[in-house]
Formats: sequence, structure tokens, C-alpha cells
Amino acid sequence: MDLLDTLLDPWRSGIERRALLEVIMLGGLSGALGYWVTTFRLSYPAESLAHGMLPGLVLAALAGVPLIVGGAGGVAVAAAAVALASRDPRIEADTATAVVVTGLLGLGGLLALSPDAPARLEELLFGDPLGVTDGDLIAAASLAVVGAAALAVLHRPLCAVALDAHGAGTLGIPPAAVRFALLALLAATLAVAVQGLGSLLVLAVLVAPAVAVRPLGLPAARAIGWASAVAVISGIAGIYASDAFGTAAGASVALALCLAAAAGSLAQAGRGVGRLRSRPSQ
Amino acid sequence: MTAASVAARDLALSYGGGPVLVDVSFALHAGSSLCLLGPNGGGKTTLLRALAGELEPATGTLERDPRPAYLAQTERTRLDFPVSALDVALMGSLATGRWWLPARRAERAAAHAALDRVGLDGQAGVRFGELSGGQRQRVLLARALVQDARVLLLDEPLAGVDPASAEQISRLFDELRAEGRTLIVSTHDVDSARTFDRVLCLNGEQVAFGDPAPTLTREVLERTYGGEIVVIDDGDGPVRAITVQHHSHSH
Repeated sequence: MDLLDTLLDPWRSGIERRALLEVIMLGGLSGALGYWVTTFRLSYPAESLAHGMLPGLVLAALAGVPLIVGGAGGVAVAAAAVALASRDPRIEADTATAVVVTGLLGLGGLLALSPDAPARLEELLFGDPLGVTDGDLIAAASLAVVGAAALAVLHRPLCAVALDAHGAGTLGIPPAAVRFALLALLAATLAVAVQGLGSLLVLAVLVAPAVAVRPLGLPAARAIGWASAVAVISGIAGIYASDAFGTAAGASVALALCLAAAAGSLAQAGRGVGRLRSRPSQ
Repeated sequence: MTAASVAARDLALSYGGGPVLVDVSFALHAGSSLCLLGPNGGGKTTLLRALAGELEPATGTLERDPRPAYLAQTERTRLDFPVSALDVALMGSLATGRWWLPARRAERAAAHAALDRVGLDGQAGVRFGELSGGQRQRVLLARALVQDARVLLLDEPLAGVDPASAEQISRLFDELRAEGRTLIVSTHDVDSARTFDRVLCLNGEQVAFGDPAPTLTREVLERTYGGEIVVIDDGDGPVRAITVQHHSHSH
């Protein structure tokens, strides 16, 4: 009974129940979306957008409007700035992105540390799942439903473009449109998920589950299901750990996700060593 | 099946900078085959990309089929992406425009039939990246069959392919032409170019176009390949030539 009580305890508190619902809904979608983010090698752009939205989040906090509004505006500005800087042929796109994102992060820090700013920089950087409101939950639920439907509808085009972008084009699937749809979904997810994990840690819920399941070598649909499960279970584990050890909830969730990714990588490395040992000597 | 034709007149292509291929003019009737012959960087893939609709002409005109099948060199596909041979063949059904719906039973049956035709239905469940180069090329041909493309654009389909697969692919080419489909195939290999109806020699520009026998002369091959070729002209039978790159691959 003690174990059951321990497991049920966080669900009895309104704050922790909201946090658990947030990580379950966002984890379910982000795990699936993250599979495509890593497949299309968009982890760096995702990280750039997440970090580049900080000024938008700070301005929202200063103005007293919901963070999702600042997150959405911040992602849009960061995406436009990165696209503009990448057009300069004298600078490599990665370099231009790094300069723009570091600049935006610095601007966000400057705004947040100004004397008039509320003391919320830590929350904006590292998130606070325990601070989600009912409005945040509605936003997360709406995103989870729309995002899951979009990924289901786009599944076959995403597979075709991931395998062979040139061939997909002649099948009537424009690769640029598919990538744009994926980036739009990524931006929306970042804007909503930033409340829970902050602009520095939000990438964990997108990338870590995909890294954890990729070594399994599963077909895409099954890998997506498992990535979602890993994200949800890690999110719940992070909230429980925060409850048990009194650690910061956002950081605990991010750490649980990264431990899952590390376990997946170690399992793959272990299998590689096992294969080498089982190989007959020449 | 309606007649398809492909034609270019004074075509020049570029990727935004200077032109990479100029002065291309040719016409091809439905059901015939064209070999694009030339060295690396000669413009073969660029022309195929234009014929696939990815690249607009910088100058000149290009008449092309609106929905060809493009078969890239299979090592340019994502071999680590976990899809089976059946999944890849089934992608051909996306051309029907119902991309937002799961594949129907009839489409799965068509994919199995296409894999059977290329001799790979027994390996429908095998991951695409684990197949040999020749088998992967045949799976992409199965995708084109499911797509029911009238024009097939193939980028060096026989490069690095085992002899058994090469023979099977060549036999499939004959069948596809007999069905009225148009084949446009790029290659480095001068000998295989002789088996096509027409040959288009490219080296940054059009060097020659026509029937293989009268077109593939020592002078044309030397202009096409520059220093990358050894021409053997013993005056008896067709000119034989070995591209330096092709030669070095085989050793």
C-alpha cells in the first residue's frame, strides 16, 4: 500500500497533477515529432529556435501576457533572423545561425536582467512544469491533438522524402513543402512546450526520445510509438523524482529524458561489443 | 498509355551561378531509350534533375513529362532509414495524390506485383538499406512501376551493380520500352551506351546526339571524356573505349 500511495501521491496535488498531464501530452507529441526532427537532421535548427525565442519569452513576462504568446513571437522572429542571416553567401549557414542565436540569447539575458524585469529568468531558461496553468494545459491538449493528426496525415510523405527527396518530388510530394510543414509543427511545439522545460531544456523532450529508440532499428511507425512512450515515461519519472528528492521539476524531466537517451546509446554500444566478441576468430 | 515525348532546344541549365550545361538540343519519342554519356561533372545528373522538374531552364526550352519517375543513385538515398522493400515500392502509389491516407489493399497488391516483376517479392520485408546495390535499384524500379510512370529517369543504375542484377535490370529495360515507356539513363560506360536507341554525349555542353553506332566515334568520345578515357580503335568493328574512372573502379 505504501508503494501505491507513493505512486498516487503526486496525482492528489493539483499542481503536480497538472505537471504530469503537461508532460504526458507534450511528451506524447514531442517524442513522435522528435523522431522526424532527428531523421531530417533538424536538431540544430530546433535548438537554435528554442534558444532564439528567449527575448520573446522575456518580453511576454515583462508585459504580463501568457508565455505562449511570447514563445510564438520569439520563434517567428528567431526563424526570420536565421533565414535572413543564412542568405549571406559569404557566411556558412551554420555560422550565421550560431551568431544570430547567440545574439538573441544575449539580448534575452540582457532584457531579463534589467532592473524592471520580474525575477523569472531561471524559469524562462529552465522551465517550470509545476507552474503550468489550466490555460497551458488547454494549449498543450490542443497542440497534442492537432500535432498528432498532422503527423498521421504526413506520415507517408515524410517517409518518402526522408528516404529519397529527389524521387519524392516526382511522386508529387514536394520535399520543401514537407520540410516546411515539419518546421511549422516544430515551432508550434517549441512555443507551447517551453513553459514546462524552458528555452534551454525544451530540446531534450524532442531529441532525447528519438536518440533512445533509434538504436533499436525499428520500422518508422513503431519507432515513433516507442519514442512517444519514452518521452511520456521519462516525463512522469522526472516529476516523480522532483517530488521525491525536492529537485527542480523541469531539470528533473530533462535529466530523465537524457538518461533514457544515454541508456539507448549504451545498449547499442553493448550490442556492438557483443557482436565483435561473438565473431569467430580469423 | 498515351505517347510521351521529351525534347530540349538550345537548353542551358544552372544552379544559380554560371551555367553548368549549355547548348543541349534533342528530341525523343515515346517508347524509346536515351543514354546520357559523359564524365563526372559533365551535366548528366543536372539534365536528369531538369527532366524531373527540379530545375528550370536558364535559357532555351525543355518539353518534359509532367510526372516522370526519378531513380537516384541508390547510395544517395538514406540507407539508414528503416523502410522495407515493400514500403519503398508502395511509395509509388503516392503519385495517385492520396498521400494523406494509408495505402489501400489494391495498392499493396500492386506493390507486391511490382516487386515480383523485378524478382524481389520474396524480399518484400527486407530493409531497403540491407539489400545489395542492384537489388535496391530493382526496388526503385518497382516503385516506378507502381507509379505507372511513362518516363523513367535513371541516374547511373548499373554503377556498382552485381552482374546478375545488371542482367535483370537490362531485361526490365527492354520490357519497359516494349510497353511504350521512355527510358533516359545516365552512365559512364561506353559499351552499355550502344544498347540504347539514342545517345546524348555531354561534357558541360552537348558534344553529340544520335544513334549510338555512328555517334560514338573516337573524336566524339575524346571530346566527351577529355583525358579521362582510353580509346581503342583497331579499325575493325566499333570503337572501344575504357573510361579511366570506370577502369580504376574495376580494380
